[in-house]
Amino acid sequence: MSKPEKSKAYWRENKKYLAILLSIWFVVSFGCGILFKDLLNRYSLGGFKLGFWFAQQGSIYVFVLLIFVYVLLMNRLDKKYGYNE
Amino acid sequence: MSVQLWTWILVGITFALYFGIAIWARAGSTKEFYVAGGGVSPLANGMATAADWMSAASFISMAGIISFAGYDGSVYLMGWTGGYVLLALLLAPYLRKFGKFTVPDFIGDRYYSNTARTVAVICALIVSFTYVAGQMRGVGIVFSQFLQVEITTGVIIGMAVVLVFAFLGGMKGITYTQVAQYCVLIFAFMVPAIFISIQMTGNIIPQIGMGGRVEDGTFLLEKLDNLHTQLGFKEYTEGTKSTWDVFAITLALMAGTAGLPHVIVRFFTVPNVKDARKSAGLALLLIAILYTTAPAVSVFARTNLIETVSNQEYASLPEWFKNWENMGLIAWSDKNKDGKIQYVNGDATTGKPEFTEARGTNGERIITNTSTETNELYVDRDIMVLANPEIAQLPSWVIALVAAGGLAAALSTAAGLLLVISTSVSHDLIKKQLKPNISEKGELLAARLSILVAIIVAGLFGIYPPGFVAAVVALAFGLAAASFFPAIVLGIFDKRMNKQGAISGMIVGTLLMLFYMIRFKTGLIGVLEPLPASEWWFGTSPEGFGTFAMLVNVVISVTISRLTPAPPEDVQEIVERIRIPSGAGEAQSH
Repeated sequence: MSKPEKSKAYWRENKKYLAILLSIWFVVSFGCGILFKDLLNRYSLGGFKLGFWFAQQGSIYVFVLLIFVYVLLMNRLDKKYGYNE
Repeated sequence: MSVQLWTWILVGITFALYFGIAIWARAGSTKEFYVAGGGVSPLANGMATAADWMSAASFISMAGIISFAGYDGSVYLMGWTGGYVLLALLLAPYLRKFGKFTVPDFIGDRYYSNTARTVAVICALIVSFTYVAGQMRGVGIVFSQFLQVEITTGVIIGMAVVLVFAFLGGMKGITYTQVAQYCVLIFAFMVPAIFISIQMTGNIIPQIGMGGRVEDGTFLLEKLDNLHTQLGFKEYTEGTKSTWDVFAITLALMAGTAGLPHVIVRFFTVPNVKDARKSAGLALLLIAILYTTAPAVSVFARTNLIETVSNQEYASLPEWFKNWENMGLIAWSDKNKDGKIQYVNGDATTGKPEFTEARGTNGERIITNTSTETNELYVDRDIMVLANPEIAQLPSWVIALVAAGGLAAALSTAAGLLLVISTSVSHDLIKKQLKPNISEKGELLAARLSILVAIIVAGLFGIYPPGFVAAVVALAFGLAAASFFPAIVLGIFDKRMNKQGAISGMIVGTLLMLFYMIRFKTGLIGVLEPLPASEWWFGTSPEGFGTFAMLVNVVISVTISRLTPAPPEDVQEIVERIRIPSGAGEAQSH
């Protein structure tokens, strides 16, 4: 692969990861914690109503996980394209 | 030992520690002063970012606000953590690769324009000053409540401490002091939370205790919902805000968080792109420890408060109630003359309580502005975290620890903000615009002088708080969301974005946000009173309007950029370069 082609391919894969991770980011916070809160509140998780749990606990846990998954994915991607240092 | 003695000891020890670190980490070059030499480890940077981020508001006010807002308080929890996902995925790695010192640096170079740089500097200064004023005030309040000194004296002590480590060490001194401050503040927040969680639910982990059962076997949240219903409040786990408004506020806070200059600049301090990503993850992990504990603290404090005061004789109430009443942060007026506290839905007073010198028949302080509602009790939201250990009858060293933690939170955030202010002046204004051939030594001196001036101005704001502080802190997030966030993200992801688009987007976004805020918060435009909620555009509160202003910014930027010429070749090359992670160390040196 020539240099510009390589960087284009790298950028495409990067954007694909971002699209997937940001969709999850949106679904757990704006989806489960806000838009579908009332629906989810019919179910419970221990002493929590589920929608309330997502809004005050669950979404934050997922946010932390998302960043670490991103770190792993990008480290692998950097290696694949030889951009790791 | 008394609470006050404990507080002096703990505050003394932590302050000595901060001084020691400041002297050890003196800065010798502008690179050390602005970005700590670019060699901070991801973990140290993560801890410093967390301390930088968690301010007096996060530590002292947030749990209290949630405690009174219930589900509606979720906007802060999701907004102030979810922003880190945006920061880690969309901004931090690319800005680190770009490898300069400040956010206006990026805006100025990417949009090949000193106008853009100046607009960014002005936004950075507005955002940072509004924020830092609140921190100095927080320092003053902690000092006055725990150590019985005047607020003014407290603010001056706080200014002196920040001055030492910011003036000597710049970013280097601040970074390593913030690492220590993170440890102090998280310890101080967790200890009382764990104690109370064990007390109420028998569970050592507050996050689980919050969903646990109380002594009689019912779930804690269910019990709290029932208490709320009985007293005429909306259930704790349901909200009163509209779904759209919760959505808009959360998004504005998220984008605002990712666009705050004092947070972004932290990612310039790590050695490479890989470490910038990792550091963002660690920062959020360390922040999440406090942010997932805070809602548990809110539930514990709310339940404890209701159970301790509701329908109790004023005469039989514990000591803390009267202490806080004497400070004017709790007020009670016996409207139905039964000597008991009726705590139900509704405002007990019209606005903040106004006290007279007189005492009523039960010994309570007389207030002049009681409302016609049944509710008799006013509780200031800010005292929940500070009073919580007392309400739960924890030992005095735990109460003192909370004071030391509150100070750590306020000082670390103030230091980070002051650095952004001084960098904006010495680097973005003096070095980049007014006097480009200034020597390194001269620039360093300018940076130190501007930090000195900034501390004095911030201190004055703390001593004489302008009435608009409360309104402008929310504005800081809205402004960051409406100005920086779109300009930076588009600068990285849209190669076609040019200066015409970005500048007009930033200006329109900022002005629109300012207009809406002034119109609906202060009523300076058009009418004398702030306009009521029924007049909000699309039912969006001023706090949530940042989302709207941000969208307008994006639409304008994209439209105008497509109607005007593409950015020059060399700028497009910058964009190509920052998208590739390798070579960040080398990029930084030219």
